[in-house]
Amino acid sequence: MLKLPIAKLDEFFAAIAAKETLYLPVDNEGGQAQYKEWKEGVSLSRALNTVRSAKDFFFPQTENLMEFKTQGKAIEVIDSRKESEDFVIFGVRACDARSFTILDKVFLVDPVDTYYKTRREHGTIISLACTRPEETCFCPLFGIDATEPEGDMRGWMTEDALYLEPVTEKGTALAQALGDLLEDADAAPVEEQKENTKKILEKLPFSKLDMEEFNGDNLLKLFDSPKWAGLSEACLGCGTCTFVCPTCQCYDIRDFNTGHGIQRFRCWDSCMYSDFTRMAHGNPRLTQLERFRQRFMHKLVYFPSNNDGEYGCVGCGRCLSKCPISMNIVKVIKTLGEDK
Amino acid sequence: MQREMIERAKALLADGTVNRVIGWKAGEFDYDITPAVFTTAEELDAGFLYNDLCAANLSKYLIKESRKEGKILAFLKPCDTYSFSQLLKEHRIWRDHVYVIGVPCEGKVDVDTVKSKGITGICSMRCDGETVRVETLYGEESIKKDEAMADRCLNCKSKKHVVYDELMGEEGDVLDSHRFDMVEKLENMTPDERFAFWRGELSRCIRCNACRNVCPACTCEKCVFDNDASGIAQKAAVDSFEENMFHIIRAFHVAGRCTDCGECSRVCPQNIPLHLLNRKFIKDIDELYGEYQAGADPDTKPPLNTFTQEDAEPSVIYERGGNK
Repeated sequence: MLKLPIAKLDEFFAAIAAKETLYLPVDNEGGQAQYKEWKEGVSLSRALNTVRSAKDFFFPQTENLMEFKTQGKAIEVIDSRKESEDFVIFGVRACDARSFTILDKVFLVDPVDTYYKTRREHGTIISLACTRPEETCFCPLFGIDATEPEGDMRGWMTEDALYLEPVTEKGTALAQALGDLLEDADAAPVEEQKENTKKILEKLPFSKLDMEEFNGDNLLKLFDSPKWAGLSEACLGCGTCTFVCPTCQCYDIRDFNTGHGIQRFRCWDSCMYSDFTRMAHGNPRLTQLERFRQRFMHKLVYFPSNNDGEYGCVGCGRCLSKCPISMNIVKVIKTLGEDK
Repeated sequence: MQREMIERAKALLADGTVNRVIGWKAGEFDYDITPAVFTTAEELDAGFLYNDLCAANLSKYLIKESRKEGKILAFLKPCDTYSFSQLLKEHRIWRDHVYVIGVPCEGKVDVDTVKSKGITGICSMRCDGETVRVETLYGEESIKKDEAMADRCLNCKSKKHVVYDELMGEEGDVLDSHRFDMVEKLENMTPDERFAFWRGELSRCIRCNACRNVCPACTCEKCVFDNDASGIAQKAAVDSFEENMFHIIRAFHVAGRCTDCGECSRVCPQNIPLHLLNRKFIKDIDELYGEYQAGADPDTKPPLNTFTQEDAEPSVIYERGGNK
């Protein structure tokens, strides 16, 4: 276990930022946290989590894929990627840290998404244990330990110190590069913090939901449930849940005429949107019911049946606090789960 | 009030006046309330809710609901009736398919406002007179109601219902809201300061479209931003300037029709004060064309759709704009 006195936090950030670009949660004008680049004078947010998840670093909302230039009948295809720089993300919570392994199962399987892969390779994650979970948190439901987050290095912030533990080679290399700044320390304060947080985690209202119903064997039964109509009734068809979600990974690819050629880009898409799945013949998902059902079937049934039972949700609670009509995955699990 | 509303709804269902009721449904905590349609007395007993946390404006749902068979009972708060009335004026709601009961509103408590005061882990919340009592994972807390209220309710423009078939509770009045104070502040900034303010706010936009989809004035069958044939359809912006444009274009499109219900700012996941854009338009319309409140009545002609010789000339831009 390594330790950094809290008074040296800025020195620690500066030391990392001197080597690589460092991002961390910072309070914004809206009174909420978002990841921003660390610069002198920027301070770490005290908020439990950021509104936008950390998936942005590996799967940004918009991204240029390639360019086309035509001259006569010849088309030139230009790979517009620049070599990604090394970067460090500090303060990733356990839920978001787990979301990366879920995204990996989508983007790093054959055919590998090289845009995503490059960013993953260049990124180092310093995660931070939670001490004050919200009522909307339910990561324990998915076997996530908020007191022991995954990442290249994991951290625990107490009143007077930041404790760090390198986990991967990348994390160890970063710790070594920081040299004297970090000192060896006794893990007792960390253990004490973990115990205290666990008492709160025990009290979380949704951490023990019954998930028995949600598996591939029940696919058609769940798909055909008459309850989707009521659940989706008030849905506005906005993309808030999908855009704040750390595991939503659908995107659209479009071409933009720059006047000098074509810029092909991709951007986040939302299955809640009315033109998602629209094809030449029309749209198979005609109403919000089908769109709404898709989002939850994907996370609770399709994804786990293709990925050894792992759900496409990490229980971060963002959709619980951000849905304009307060409809969310917990209400879906509770409503459909009682049909055993 | 909730008990009386449920009894009245049951009676109207029983005597066949209506076949459905639109209202608010209880969630997992006291604050996560969902708009819902109820069809039976049992459903009403099981989940119908009305209290100081029922914030959603139900008017927009009535565009679709009023096109269905039979009449629907809608409980509308004062500000919701302005949206409803405006939608009637635009022929978007089938009036004879809706039975409106106006219900009073004392201002809504907003969970995000409470959380912004440092009260987190909120498992339950209830209003006890002027105090909001909160139970959290970390113990009990209390906060004064006016500190827990949504910003839009602190600047409430009216407690009067402008359209209804029946009223429950006491009718209120149009209020002196001070709702243009912040707009004035922005007007008094230099253009550079104002530009910086809006870039700061709007650059947080994630283009989730929640503001547009919740807005009772945004009722196009197909939004120009979703229509490939429009040439400006986009799911994501090239840069933050485009995010600005989305909101500014939307504000222009609802100008003269926005009733200032404040739903746009309520639903924004990024806490962007979108209502200020609309209020600027409302204030300008008031100043340039005479006082006008969208949705206030069915007859007054909308100033932006009506030509008079006293209308402002384009030169007004030079007179009012620029450095002050």
